[in-house]
Formats: sequence, structure tokens, C-alpha cells
Amino acid sequence: MASSNDSIKKTVIVALSLCLVCSIFVAAAAVGLKPIQTANKDLDRKRNILSAAGLLEEGKSVDEIFENVEARIVNLQTGKFATDEEMQAAGISAGSFNQQAAAKDTALSIDLKGNDPAGIKRRSNFSEVYLVRAGDDIDRIILPVHGYGLWSTMYGFMALQGDFNTVLGFGFYDQAETPGLGGEVDNPNWKASWEGKKVYNSDGEAVLQLAKGSVDSSDPQADYRIDGLSGATLTSRGVTQLVQYWLGDNGFGTFLSHLRSGGV
Amino acid sequence: MSEVKKVLFGPILANNPIALQILGICSALAVTSSLNVSLVMAIALTLVTGFSGFFIAIIRNHIPNSIRIIVQMIIIASLVIVVDQILKAFAFEISKQLSVFVGLIITNCIVMGRAEAFAMKNGPVMSFVDGIGNGLGYSAMLIVVAFFRELLGAGKLFGVEILATVQNGGWYQPNGLMLLPPSAFFVIGLVIWALRAYKTDQVEEPEFKIAANSRSQEAL
Repeated sequence: MASSNDSIKKTVIVALSLCLVCSIFVAAAAVGLKPIQTANKDLDRKRNILSAAGLLEEGKSVDEIFENVEARIVNLQTGKFATDEEMQAAGISAGSFNQQAAAKDTALSIDLKGNDPAGIKRRSNFSEVYLVRAGDDIDRIILPVHGYGLWSTMYGFMALQGDFNTVLGFGFYDQAETPGLGGEVDNPNWKASWEGKKVYNSDGEAVLQLAKGSVDSSDPQADYRIDGLSGATLTSRGVTQLVQYWLGDNGFGTFLSHLRSGGV
Repeated sequence: MSEVKKVLFGPILANNPIALQILGICSALAVTSSLNVSLVMAIALTLVTGFSGFFIAIIRNHIPNSIRIIVQMIIIASLVIVVDQILKAFAFEISKQLSVFVGLIITNCIVMGRAEAFAMKNGPVMSFVDGIGNGLGYSAMLIVVAFFRELLGAGKLFGVEILATVQNGGWYQPNGLMLLPPSAFFVIGLVIWALRAYKTDQVEEPEFKIAANSRSQEAL
């Protein structure tokens, strides 16, 4: 028995047939489950957008609430909504824009060499933003942000009120910081402390940052300070830098100032 | 029937893959910071070990000796990919937390060990039972470790607060070390100690003896 098994012919036949059977098996699982997986990812992203904007409601499905949210593409260079021609030229469309893929595409992104406080290496020229309107006016705006913490790139959403300055909510949906220390960026109490903080000072600079230790409410700067995470200096620094980068002039700063002056 | 019982439940206490054979330590360190994740990992590994034993045992008489490890790997890897896909489709949140560790079941020594040591020599049904049994042994260990790590590290069990932590206005100062992988070494070590104190036949002969301290007179 053993000798016949070890013949070259038998070895090749066993190897080939096993590979064939296994590949059919794996391919069937991957293709068959693909629609459910894509739907899951989509749902997860929508849930995070809504949760940053404080729009999640019990008893209402995410898709139902998301119908009130409008996805638009912003051109970060001009600081305006991307025009149809720009979107066509770049081959992108609102609602299906993949920022991570765009940041890897040299035609759609810029190299941040030397000016990269958030540690993201390349920044895409376009970004999706999410608007919630009250009548014709924009009531809430949700901006995707990301940057490097201690171990991982943290991806999150920042929601601003209609004055484009006051924070409505903030949260990461993907991070791998140290559990219990930097991982406390997911702590609901800490996330709640962002609400009502201001991003821009009177000179229009993005100055919102994490303080060392907790914020003294008598400090005149208290509106621009968030409690630091204890035991997570580098994660805290990463959060400050990514917030200041994305809300600064290289990120959404120009776009938001256009919105404030009504010039979009 | 007693044979089946022995194969199924033996690995839980008498022949635990983690505590006695010291296999599968890496994933036991990585995923045990919360009970939910550990439980899913345990189920995934148990299924993979069971079914890989089953399929390998079916074709065990046709596997050429020269490529047997590769054949086992292909079967195990296919099963792991399928499990990963199923998790992504039906337990998305948990699959995000497990991330790379489901894929690493492929390299888990328990799966390979059982395929090589048991499934190559026994029938499909017994191999399946053996795989499930070893999976249960792994699961038992994972759950014990995760119980202590989540309780002491985060004050929670299955994500439900048990000890009110200082961060949420309670009294319990959580032990951050318990959330980091090295703490699993301590917990596993303590469990092995407890197990060997209870089942003294698991205590191994020391490989060498430490000599008694030399006395000052002898040293002269």
C-alpha cells in the first residue's frame, strides 16, 4: 500500500485532485458570501458616521436613518465640492469613494514628505464628506479623519455643527492602540467630552487639542482642550495631530472656511 | 463508547493541549483579553480541528508520504478560509476584533499536531471526535484565561460590567497588565500549576537536579 502511494503518478494525482477540490470549496465560500460581507462593511461605515453625528436611534435601522445623510465629494485642493468634470476626470463618484485606495493612487493624491504631522504619508486630493440638512442649510457635517497613533493608523469621523466650528461628536471606527491605555479612545465617556468643544480660535487656526491630564474648566482655552488619555501620551499626541491636520489648511480647513462664508 | 468518551473529554483535563502539551500558546496569548472574542476563537478552532481530522482521515490511505504535511496544510488552510469568510459574513464585529488570528489558526500547532498524530492513523469519525475533543481542551483553557483577564483587566465579563471601574465612577482600579498579552503567560502558568497539583501524574521528571549549596567549609 505504502509503496503504491509513494509513486510519482499517485503523488501528482493526489496533489492535483486535492487542490482542485479545495479551491472549488474555498471559491464557493468566498463568492457566495461576498454580498453579505460587502453589505456588512457598508453598514458598519454608515453606523459609524451616524454614531459620530449622534444620529443613531434605537428601533430605527441604520439604512433608514442614513437616507437623510447626503454624501458629497470635496476637492481638498480648491476647498470646494468637486465638480462633475473633476469627478469624471478622476473616475470617482459620491457614495462609492474609497479614500484609502485613492491615497495610494499617485494621480489622485499628494506625497506629504516633510509636512506630515498625522503620519499618513500620502493624502488623497478628494475626500467624501457627509451632510445632514435642515431645510436648505447644512445642519451637521461629518468628516472622515485618520492618522497614526502609537501602533496603528486610527480611522475615525468628526462631526461638526452647522457653524462648522463646534464639535458634535468624534470617534474612531478602526484603531489598534493598546487596550486599556490608548484603546481608551473608544471609551464612551471620553468621546462624550468632545461635544461642544471648538475647533478654530478667533484667528481661524485649528487649535483643538488633547491636554496633558484633565482640562481645568477655568482655563480660558478650555473650549479648545480635551482631557488627555492617561498612560497614553503618544496616542494622545497622535489624536491631536490628526485632528489639527485634517481640520487645518491641508485638510478640510479651506473647505470649512468656504462653507462658513457661504462661498461653496 | 467509553473509547469515544475518552477521546472526546480526555483532552480537557487529563491531556490538555495547552496545559500539558504546551501547544497553541500564541493564540491563547493574543485573543484572550475578552471572553466574547475567545469564545468565537474557541468555536472556530474546534470546528477546524474536528473537520480537518475528519477529511484527513478519509483520505489518509491515499496520502503519499512525501507530501503528507502539505496535504494536511491544504485541507486545514481551506477550512480556515471558509471559517474566516463565514465570520466576516455573519459575525462582522467579532471578525474585526479577531482580525488576523483566525487566519493564524492555520499555523496553530494543535490542528497540525492532531492531524499528524491522530487523523493519519484513525478512522474519520474517531478523528473528528478527537479534533473536537482537543478543540474543547483548547476552548476550556482559553475561557478560563479570558475570564480572569477580562474580569481583572476591564472589570467586565462578556462586555457586561461586573466590577465598577474608576473610569466609570466606580471603585475598581483595573489592572492594565491583564489586558496585555504577557499576562496570559502568568494566568496559563498558574492554571498549569493548579492542574498539576490536582493531577500529580502530569508532573514531569526534572531534567536535571540542582546541586545543594556548597558550604563554606567545603569551599575552602
